Amino acid sequence: MTAGLRVLGVAGPKKAIKASSSSTTSTGKSARYYPADDVPRPKHSRAKKHNPPRVRPSLVPGTVCILLSGRFRGKRVVCLKSLESGLLLVTGPYKVNGVPLRRVNQAYVIGTSTRIDVSGVDVSYIDDSYFARSSSEVEGGEEEFFEKDAARAAIVSDKRRADQKKVDASILKVVDATPLMKNYLGSKFSLGKYDKPHKMVF
Amino acid sequence: MGFSRYVEVGRVVFINHGPDAGKIATVIDIVDQNKCLVDGPEEITGVKRQVISYKKVSLTDLKVTIQRNARAKTLKAAWAESDTLAKWEGSSWAKKLEAKKKRSSLSDFDRFKVMVAKKQKSRIIAQKIKELKA
Repeated sequence: MTAGLRVLGVAGPKKAIKASSSSTTSTGKSARYYPADDVPRPKHSRAKKHNPPRVRPSLVPGTVCILLSGRFRGKRVVCLKSLESGLLLVTGPYKVNGVPLRRVNQAYVIGTSTRIDVSGVDVSYIDDSYFARSSSEVEGGEEEFFEKDAARAAIVSDKRRADQKKVDASILKVVDATPLMKNYLGSKFSLGKYDKPHKMVF
Repeated sequence: MGFSRYVEVGRVVFINHGPDAGKIATVIDIVDQNKCLVDGPEEITGVKRQVISYKKVSLTDLKVTIQRNARAKTLKAAWAESDTLAKWEGSSWAKKLEAKKKRSSLSDFDRFKVMVAKKQKSRIIAQKIKELKA
C-alpha cells in the first residue's frame, strides 16, 4: 500500500484523481483510495513569461559597434551575434584592437551603419555557458583572501586562445579586403569639441 | 562702402527659416518694410508664391530681370534665360551648404576616412612647405 501511495504522489494529484476516476467509471464504484493528507499543489502563478530579448535592428551580425562602457570603452568592435541572454557577442578582433570574444550589453553600444560580412565566421558553438566561470576560478584560498589587492594576471584557457585565433583569422580575411577597415577598427571613438552625438549619423 | 545687395524686384533670396528653409526664391513685389512677395519659381526651386518676412530671408548676389508682379511663367523664362539656378549652385555659398549637408550625413566609418584623408593632405602640404623653405 505504501508503495502504491508513493507512486501516486510522484505522479501528481491530478493524475492520481484521473486514474481513480477512470476506474470508477468502469466499475461503477467510488475509488478505494482517497488521499488522507492534502497534496500540496503549486499555486496558480501569474509570473511573467520571459519573452526572447529584443535586440535593436541595427545590431545584426557583422555590425561594427562602438563600445560605450567598461574597460574597452571607445573601441570599435565587430558584433558576431546576439546570445540567448540578450547580450551581444563581440570581438575586436583581438588581433586588431585587443578586444577578445566578449559579451556586451546592447544598451552600452552604438551600432554603426558599417557592416562586415561575418557569414564565414563560425561562432555557433559559443553561447552564454561558454563564458561561465568555473568554481575553482572564482574561489580563492586563505592566501588569496589576504592578497586580494595584488594584481593577478588573467588566466586565459588554451581553448579560449585557440577559439580567438580561429575567429580572428576568419574575420581578418574580410576586414583586409576593405581598405582602411583595419585602421578603423584599430582606432578609438571619441567626441570632439564640436561633435554633437545626437545629430551625428553612425 | 555701400550696400551691394538690395531688396528689389528680381532679387534672388535664400530662405533660412520656415518650411521652405534652405531653398531660394525671387522677390516679385515688395509688400511693406517687413515683408515681400516671393516666388521660386515653384517648378525650379520648389517655393510657392507667398508673402514672406525679410527676417526669414537672406539676400544673395543674384538678380533676374523681371517686371514687378511678374507671372510665374515669365519668371520661369527669366530664370532659364539667365541660368540663375546654375549660377546659384556654382556660388561658394551653395557649395558650402552642400558640403555641410554631406558632412552631416556621413557615417562613422566615412568620418574616419575623411580624417585619414585630411592627415594625408596636411602631410603633403607640410612636405611641400619644407621643400620651399629649404
